[in-house]
Amino acid sequence: MNVLKVALLILRKDFAIELKSYEIVSTTLFFSVACVAIFSFAFVKEGQAPVDVSAGILWIAIAFSGTLALGRTFERERYGETLKALLLAPAPRPAIYLGKLLGIVTLLFATEVVVVPMVAFLFDAPFFTKPLLLVALLGLGTIGYAAVGTLFAAMLVRARTRDVMLPILLYPITIPVIIAGVRGTSALLATPVDEPVAMLWIGMLSFFDVVFVTISLWTFEPLMTE
Amino acid sequence: MTFDFDRVELTDLSRHFGRRKAVSRVTLALQAGDILGLLGPNGAGKSTLLGMLATLVTPTSGTISYGGRSASRGGADVRGRIGVLAHELHLYPELTARQNLAFFARLHGLAEEPLVSTALESASLGDRGEDQVASFSRGMRQRLALERTLLHGPRLVLLDEPFTGLDDRAVRIVADRIRRIARDGAIVVLATHDLDVADGLITRMAVVRSGRLMADGDAGTGIRQQYRALVETA
Repeated sequence: MNVLKVALLILRKDFAIELKSYEIVSTTLFFSVACVAIFSFAFVKEGQAPVDVSAGILWIAIAFSGTLALGRTFERERYGETLKALLLAPAPRPAIYLGKLLGIVTLLFATEVVVVPMVAFLFDAPFFTKPLLLVALLGLGTIGYAAVGTLFAAMLVRARTRDVMLPILLYPITIPVIIAGVRGTSALLATPVDEPVAMLWIGMLSFFDVVFVTISLWTFEPLMTE
Repeated sequence: MTFDFDRVELTDLSRHFGRRKAVSRVTLALQAGDILGLLGPNGAGKSTLLGMLATLVTPTSGTISYGGRSASRGGADVRGRIGVLAHELHLYPELTARQNLAFFARLHGLAEEPLVSTALESASLGDRGEDQVASFSRGMRQRLALERTLLHGPRLVLLDEPFTGLDDRAVRIVADRIRRIARDGAIVVLATHDLDVADGLITRMAVVRSGRLMADGDAGTGIRQQYRALVETA
């Protein structure tokens, strides 16, 4: 069995489970929408949104809801210890990591489809001036964040303090991704759009993605074996 | 060509967790057709030993050879010939019995049918295939989990307390199933506290205490007496 085939099989299985409960999709979406709504209540005064906060709010909503989704995804594999059954499959073990990563990335993309227009509307932010650059920033940022998060969530699946430990481990390491995402998005919101700066941060995000995904694929098997 | 083996050898196998020696210098050889009863009190190291045989726990020292190949060298090939039924049943409660078996069949690169239908019949769940596993009793889950374990025809079958939650009839069905797979050439390792069920089922017994192998030999009848003599008086 090749890596991609097993990864897609795990992704399909996770979707089949999610379609029965909508547990992760609904909580992640609700949390991200609530997060943006609370920021808008706090910052928007008399219909006037402050300048330069929308990029930060967007990435905070993505990061926080991503943490929630990461925890829940592996909670499912903890019940019944199905993660062990996956580790016993006659396939390269990094395929499990890849399958879970694809699931988280897809879920976060779905969240972004809702959250980006919401932030754009509530904070009067011109997100769609350069839509391709925005998609590149969000896509690469999401992959980088999810790459580290998936590895940590898998590592912590047997830890009693996993809910506390996940954000403690995840946020410091993904700071470069969050900074690149916020700075790149801010460059897209500038008037006129600061395309070279946005491209610079897209390059940085691509670099982080390559580093994080490679390290995660490399370390997944030794970290998952007791 | 698909990798296979008919002998598993554990040589000087140890696993330490910090200063605690969960398994200490165990040497054991298993042949196709063996039903080895891994007996011992709680915390004796049985589950750690099964974990190492399953390639899920890395030994601190010593080796396990699957027909001459180590787990690290064999990788996916070795794992493809191992089936594990642990205390936690490795089933997704949100999915139906059929979806669970179909997922694990595909994970092993096998065609779903007729494998899944046959497995459901073997688990006496032919008419419950479309029901969510969450709605099953412990006994039904246990039977389904056993079929999930055997779905890909593993050579090495590792069973950790497979009779938990089963009524007498189900115990007999599972015991017969274990005898059948051993007769077909599987190596079965059965960790259990239930000496009454083990008596007459296992062909060999290995008694483990404090991580050490106290005895290994053919299991005759009267396992309880042998076990008591070895563990309770030691």
